[in-house]
Amino acid sequence: MVYSYFPGCTLKSKATELDRKARLCAAALGFELEEIENWQCCGGVYPMAKDEIATKLSSVRALADAKAHDRPLLTLCSACHNVIKQVNNDMLKDADIRTRANNYLQLDEPYGGETKVVHYLEVLRDEVGFDALKKAVKNPLKGRKVAAYYGCLLLRPGAVMAMDDPENPSIMEDLIKAMGADPVVYPQRNECCGGYLSLDDKEAVAKRRNKIVKSAADFGCDCIITACPLCMYNLAKNDCDVPVLYFTELLAQALGVE
Amino acid sequence: MHRIGVFVCHCGTNIAATVDVKAVAEAVREETGVVFSADYQYMCSEAGQTLVQDTIREQRLTGVVVCSCSPRMHEATFRKAAAKAGLNSYMVEIANIREQCSWIHKDMVSGTEKAIILARAAIAKVMLNTPLTPGKTPVTKRALVIGGGIAGIQTALDIAEAGFDVDIVEKQPTIGGKMTQIDKTFPTLDCASCILTPKMVDCAQNEKIHIYSYSEVESVTGFVGNFTAKIKRKARFVDEKKCTGCGECVEKCPMKKVPNEFNLGLDNRKAIYIPFAQAVPKVATIDANYCLMKKNGKCGLCSKVCGAGAINYDQQDEIIEEKYGAIVAATGYNPIKIDKFDEFAYSQSPDVITSLELERLMNAAGPSNGTLVRPSYLSKQDDHEAHPKTIVFVQCVGSRSTECRKGSKEYCSKICCMYTAKHAMLIREKYPDTDVYVFYIDVRTPGKLFDEFYRRAVEQYGVHYIKGMVGKVSPRADGKLDVQGSDLISNEQLHVTADLVVLATAIEPDKTARSIGTMLTASMDTNDFFTEAHPKLRPVESPTAGVFLSGVCQGPKDIPETVTQASACAAKVVGLLVKDELTGNPCVAHSDELMCNGCSACEKVCPYGAITYSDKEFRQPDRTVAIRRVASVNPAVCQGCGACTVACPSGAMDLNGFSNSQIMAEVDAVCR
Repeated sequence: MVYSYFPGCTLKSKATELDRKARLCAAALGFELEEIENWQCCGGVYPMAKDEIATKLSSVRALADAKAHDRPLLTLCSACHNVIKQVNNDMLKDADIRTRANNYLQLDEPYGGETKVVHYLEVLRDEVGFDALKKAVKNPLKGRKVAAYYGCLLLRPGAVMAMDDPENPSIMEDLIKAMGADPVVYPQRNECCGGYLSLDDKEAVAKRRNKIVKSAADFGCDCIITACPLCMYNLAKNDCDVPVLYFTELLAQALGVE
Repeated sequence: MHRIGVFVCHCGTNIAATVDVKAVAEAVREETGVVFSADYQYMCSEAGQTLVQDTIREQRLTGVVVCSCSPRMHEATFRKAAAKAGLNSYMVEIANIREQCSWIHKDMVSGTEKAIILARAAIAKVMLNTPLTPGKTPVTKRALVIGGGIAGIQTALDIAEAGFDVDIVEKQPTIGGKMTQIDKTFPTLDCASCILTPKMVDCAQNEKIHIYSYSEVESVTGFVGNFTAKIKRKARFVDEKKCTGCGECVEKCPMKKVPNEFNLGLDNRKAIYIPFAQAVPKVATIDANYCLMKKNGKCGLCSKVCGAGAINYDQQDEIIEEKYGAIVAATGYNPIKIDKFDEFAYSQSPDVITSLELERLMNAAGPSNGTLVRPSYLSKQDDHEAHPKTIVFVQCVGSRSTECRKGSKEYCSKICCMYTAKHAMLIREKYPDTDVYVFYIDVRTPGKLFDEFYRRAVEQYGVHYIKGMVGKVSPRADGKLDVQGSDLISNEQLHVTADLVVLATAIEPDKTARSIGTMLTASMDTNDFFTEAHPKLRPVESPTAGVFLSGVCQGPKDIPETVTQASACAAKVVGLLVKDELTGNPCVAHSDELMCNGCSACEKVCPYGAITYSDKEFRQPDRTVAIRRVASVNPAVCQGCGACTVACPSGAMDLNGFSNSQIMAEVDAVCR
């Protein structure tokens, strides 16, 4: 299976490990990531504004490109995934946004939300399958206690993202089990890390970080995994000295593709 | 020669404000066959009816058209009036110029034009009306009550009191319903069992009442006064007649690890069980899913110890058939499943419970013998951590929800504000060292002595009521619960470390209500509550004749309201059963056998099973005799819905009072 891959800006700068390991693992697990040509920044969270159309255009371009290749669009970064999937939903369901975006872009063929947007984790679960993944694991992470951190963007709004139960998810825990480690379930795993507040209210972010990491540490984890570069940025340096990794880093270890 | 009279009603300003009623009367006077037309302020009033009657006599009318409200409202009124003046009731037609005209239009000109057209259509129809005479059907003087909770119990007792036989069908092994699980009742705080169990015993002892426990209604056929129900008596593997309820079998049963549904899974029961001490009937039931004898044929202990010889492992489900004149739906409710509300961590911590679970924890006959303990400490109640010192109640879990989350309800479940106040008060009364918080959206306590009750919780018992919702309950590694909520009045985030969180979960109709509604052809709303025949004026009857509604199956209610409705429902049932015969509806279908080709299309669409086929001899044009299969309608069963007349490809099926030619005449008049 070939996916149109939208890495997003952060994966080309701060989060290169998320990107590089994801490509290695994909190759090992037998699916292809073909980077969309000339993709542009998804716009961070700005496209969530309901009254602004320009911010949604880069997502629509990427989605239309995937459609032209008749492929699902795959993302890794939680924020990119959230933005592109929500814009896609708008293009499918909101006639006003659809008309305005198409009028602006003048694509060869109008885009109406046809592309399927999938997250890398969903491919692991639904295409590869955790049972098959378990068989592909070369170095089972025996004895490791891994806490999955979902954050807020990956699963919400639940009806649009439709990846997992936003209040009691299991996709990453199932991945952790498939890699041979023990998942640590802790209540703060789907709470917000503070997001962009790190730009102007470091105190607020520190509070969120400590709450999340302490909660995971209290339940006995030895590391935290995430899919989001911003979550990684906010959680990485914590008082509890719990290492935070991208899920692809752990996956690469388990698959032995480093 | 037709002599039609047209009567146009003002309905005060309801019609006259949007329809020029005088112009309507004027316009229809010119119609063929019309010999009289008039308008009047309130045609349904005594004076209006007298006008209709006098005109029938003076003008020797052969047909009447009343231009007024919906026929659902006053068709019967005018039919009765016409009959008194000597005109066949079915020679009266209503032109609905209120609900379908004046109420939905604003413009007088177009409103008047439409009213004239509707009147013309009714005139065209009445010209083709034929006098009809309704038949009579006898009434079976026995009622069926589906559901044996407090609603069903009260309805059955009242029907029996009036002298009629009544059967209660209850799917659980005992009657009593949800009220048996409740500890105390608001606003008087009297013990639920103490007021319920005597009524259960009354049911058992009443000669007029027959209880089918552990039974379900399989199918219902027939119509008002003449229903036939098939009731499945599920095998309980214990002979009800022999079992004395001594409990010896329960004592000896080695299978101890069966989740006890009566205590909502907070403790375990045996594979053979009596749900609780006051069960009616007090008869043991074997749970075949867990019974070792049923599963692998090894055990048989209960059979050995039963002195009455009541155990019968080979018992089979039994279907019995019974006839009824009236059927009462009293199917009750259940708390919703809250697995999709996991921000409250219900599935993650044993110390997050529902309000009904709290009832069991506070009940002297419950898993903790009435001592309030954290469920995580149920097996170590002496531990000093067992008693919850801080308790958070969360209101409206799943109720009043506008989100599309699966299982959430748009409606207010109505009972939660009061029972939460009750819980909070009882806890503060018994354990004054406990801190109690209640997070709410609104506190809704209308009802006799209800608001006073809630205020007592706040003012006298010092319960902390906080306006705002809980966003997250986080179970900590040490077992405590971090509750994060918003206080909308002081506009701040609140963090409470709690030992116990109690969720006031929304209630929904029992899962069986939908299938029972289909069986009874009783209509339901989108939430699966039964709809009433009229939301204000006929609140305990279903639109389906002979079907009545009792309790929460019609909408959320507390106990006093449920009992009120149950008794009202019984009064309506008695009003039906007391009649020896019912006047039928003559507007039923009939088949023209010469045109019928026996295709079965009508039989397939008939929801009442009123159509049967038989082979009949017909003389052919060439004078030979041919045998053909033709449809015939049982007029006693037919409800006159007209589905068959539409389905019939050859036009053989027709409906009295709504014949194909009458409808075409109406259409022609509208299109003229």
